[in-house]
Formats: sequence, C-alpha cells, structure tokens
Amino acid sequence: MNAIENSIREIAKQLLCEKKVESIIGYEQGRIPLRSTPCFVDRVEDVQRLVWNATCDINLAKYLTGRKGKTAIIAKGCDARSIAVLLNEKQIAREKVFIIGVPCTGIVDRKKVEEKLEGKEIFDAAVESETIILRGEGYQSTLPKKDLLCNSCVTCKYKNPPVCDVFVGTKTLESTEVDEFSQILPIESESAEKRWEHFKEELGNCLRCYACRNVCPLCYCKVCFVDQTTPEWFGRTNELSDTMIYHLVRAFHLAGRCVNCGACSRACPMNIDLSELMKKIEKIVKERFNHEAGISAEKTPPLGEFKMNDPQEFIK
Amino acid sequence: MNIENTEKAWEPKILAFLCNWCSYAGADLAGISRMQYPPNIRVVRVPCSGRINPYFILKALQKGWDGVLVSGCHPGDCHYISGNLVARRRFAVLKDLLEYLGIEPERVNFSWISAAEGEKFVEVVKNVVEKIKAIGPAERLVKR
Repeated sequence: MNAIENSIREIAKQLLCEKKVESIIGYEQGRIPLRSTPCFVDRVEDVQRLVWNATCDINLAKYLTGRKGKTAIIAKGCDARSIAVLLNEKQIAREKVFIIGVPCTGIVDRKKVEEKLEGKEIFDAAVESETIILRGEGYQSTLPKKDLLCNSCVTCKYKNPPVCDVFVGTKTLESTEVDEFSQILPIESESAEKRWEHFKEELGNCLRCYACRNVCPLCYCKVCFVDQTTPEWFGRTNELSDTMIYHLVRAFHLAGRCVNCGACSRACPMNIDLSELMKKIEKIVKERFNHEAGISAEKTPPLGEFKMNDPQEFIK
Repeated sequence: MNIENTEKAWEPKILAFLCNWCSYAGADLAGISRMQYPPNIRVVRVPCSGRINPYFILKALQKGWDGVLVSGCHPGDCHYISGNLVARRRFAVLKDLLEYLGIEPERVNFSWISAAEGEKFVEVVKNVVEKIKAIGPAERLVKR
C-alpha cells in the first residue's frame, strides 16, 4: 500500500467521522487485474476499500452531478478539471463537494498492455511507481509504465489538480517539454483529402454504442441531440454521414469544456482514438479564444461569452 | 423543343441563412436595385445570425446541399446587440472542426452584409458560387 492511499483513507475517515461529508467517491480494486472500479463509501469501516494507483482511470466527476448530500471525491488532475467545468456551468454547488486532490503520474492504458502481451491472459498485476509486473500462465513480465500510458496522459499538462480542497502527497513535476498537441500534428499536416480518408477509416468503425458519451462527465444533457426525436436532427444509423456528424457535434459541444481526460477513448469498444478529435477542439479554443478548460472554478465557458475583437478572418 | 436531349451543366445548390435585419435586407436591396447575381442560392430568413444552430449547417451538408452561406449583421450592428458576436465564436469552432475532418472549407461560408450593402451581397454570392463550382458537387457528409 502506498503513502497516498494511506492518506486518502485517513482523510476519508476523518471526513466521515466529523460528518463533514455524507459520502466519498473513490476507487477500489476491481475484480480483474489492472482494473479499478468506482467506490462509494458512506461508512467509516469501508474506507479500507479505497485505493489509488495507475489503474484508477475512471473520471469520477461523472458521478457528482445530481447527488443530494455533500460528497467528497478523489480527483486527479483531469478529474479536478472536469469538476471545475461542472462548477463553472453550475451543475454542482461548490459547497456540496469536497475535492481530495491526488497527484497523478499517468494512467495505464489496458489496450496498450494487451497489445504488448499479444493476447496472453493476465492473472495478476502489480503496479509499481515505474513498472508494471504482469503474471499469467507460464510468464511473468515487467514492463516500463511510461510506454503503457494513455495517449492523453502522455501529453498531459495538468497532472496535479488545479482546483482542490485538500491535496494528498507531493506534487508531480509537470512536464514542460512535451507539446500538448503533438498527437494531432501529423493529421493536421495532411491534405484535406487524406484527413477525410483518415477519419472515414477511424470513425467508420463506430458502432454508435454511445459509450464515449455515457462515460463523459461533461455530457450531462437530459436529452442528447442524437436521442432527440422532435425534431430528429440526425439519424441514429451507423452510416458514415450520421456517425461523422455525431462525433463532430459531440466534439463541438465539448468545445471549451473538454479537459482531455481520455475517458472516451478508453471506453471505446472499437478502439477509436477519440482524443484525436478532442485534442483538436482543445487546440481550436486555445488558439482562438485563449481558453483552457477547468483550470479555475470561476471562469465563463468560452462559447458563452465573446470579445469585440475575436478573430474573424474566415468571415468575408 | 427537345428538352430531354439538352444536357444541363451541373449547377450548385447553395443554402443561404440570412439574418432578418441586415443580410436579408441587403439581399432585398440587391433585388430591388435589379442587380444580377447567380440564381444558385435559396434563402432561409432567420431572426439573427445567433439563431443559426450548427445543426442547420450540418443538416444542409448531410441533405446534399453543395454549399452553405451564413450571413449576418456587422459586429456592433446586431439588432439584438450581441447575437452575431456569440455566433461568431460558434462559427469559428465549427469551421475549424469541419476543415480538420477534411470537409472542403469552401463549402461553408460566412459573411457580414449590412442592409445597405446590396452590392456586397452580389459579390459574396458570385464568389461563393464560383468557389463551389470549382470544387464540384458535395460528396463527403452527404447521406445516401
């Protein structure tokens, strides 16, 4: 058990004993290796279930909306930014949430691990600070963690929560050398033709299962535009045009709000890397309106405001 | 007259969203001044450019329109004070995103045309029609 885990349990225990919060949302060990699962703790004896490691990939901000009592939540950098966006958009009240910030060193992408193992089953996994030790039938391998991180973690700029009530552990050193948009540079440099072909191939695999939408903490509309029937704007088929428009509009709706936690990419059963779209939307908003989502709890969403001198080179 | 045998050249169909207070009046001015412009546009009058939901533009592209023209009041002239300024941010994001996905940037056009700019309206329409004729009929995003 690591020191951060210990401190989380201490804080959780204290919060519950002093009745400062009604429940705590955190992570617990999942049933299968390399999996963690959300954990809702409202009794002191259950705080032992809480864990913190590099498999804690779920963005817990998803569970924060619509809760009655005051809730404490374990938040890594991207989770805290999602919470900040929810606070900006008045989806949760600041006094109803207690953010336990944790330093993050990157989340392990299970798809990358599976690729490395070439389909061998994992019986047992141990996540250390720099390596991952995997055991299965007739093998044991130690893999370096830095090769197995999610794409969004590789270029992450906010590993420590920018907004929190209490911070646990020591801050991770934020990397300054990595270009946060390096992932999309090769796509951007292609011709329009090639880009279309690329996205046709990528998004053409989409099943329209909506896992990306359901897992997203910021997709909280009561009725999503694709479920709407009066009027029915776009079809629900997995025909290319409909699928493209679904992803395009989803990205558009997240403009200035997406914090690139990578939850959508991880949730995708077809391994579509949605961060290609999400990174672009982040870049557009940053370049045009100089806005980064979720870095402060009091900021107007960029598409909800304007400046007289906004760039308008595209308007004739 | 042999209608069946005349081979018609392809003409683009362009959907134009014009705001009631400026661009629609600008188009009207072009009309009453008897200015000539290509007949490829079909006009939808909207109360303000801020009324234009990106869905409108995407739906038009999906339905097979070869191009879309969106026009509103100049910044600062909006009848509703800031409708066009809020819309401008939306359009900027939509335009960049469409381009990133590989949709021809010529298909979606934006302009500011005031009620006094009949001539500008003619210029804009001519320009848009020319650009779209050059790239041919819409294919990407069209639902078959």
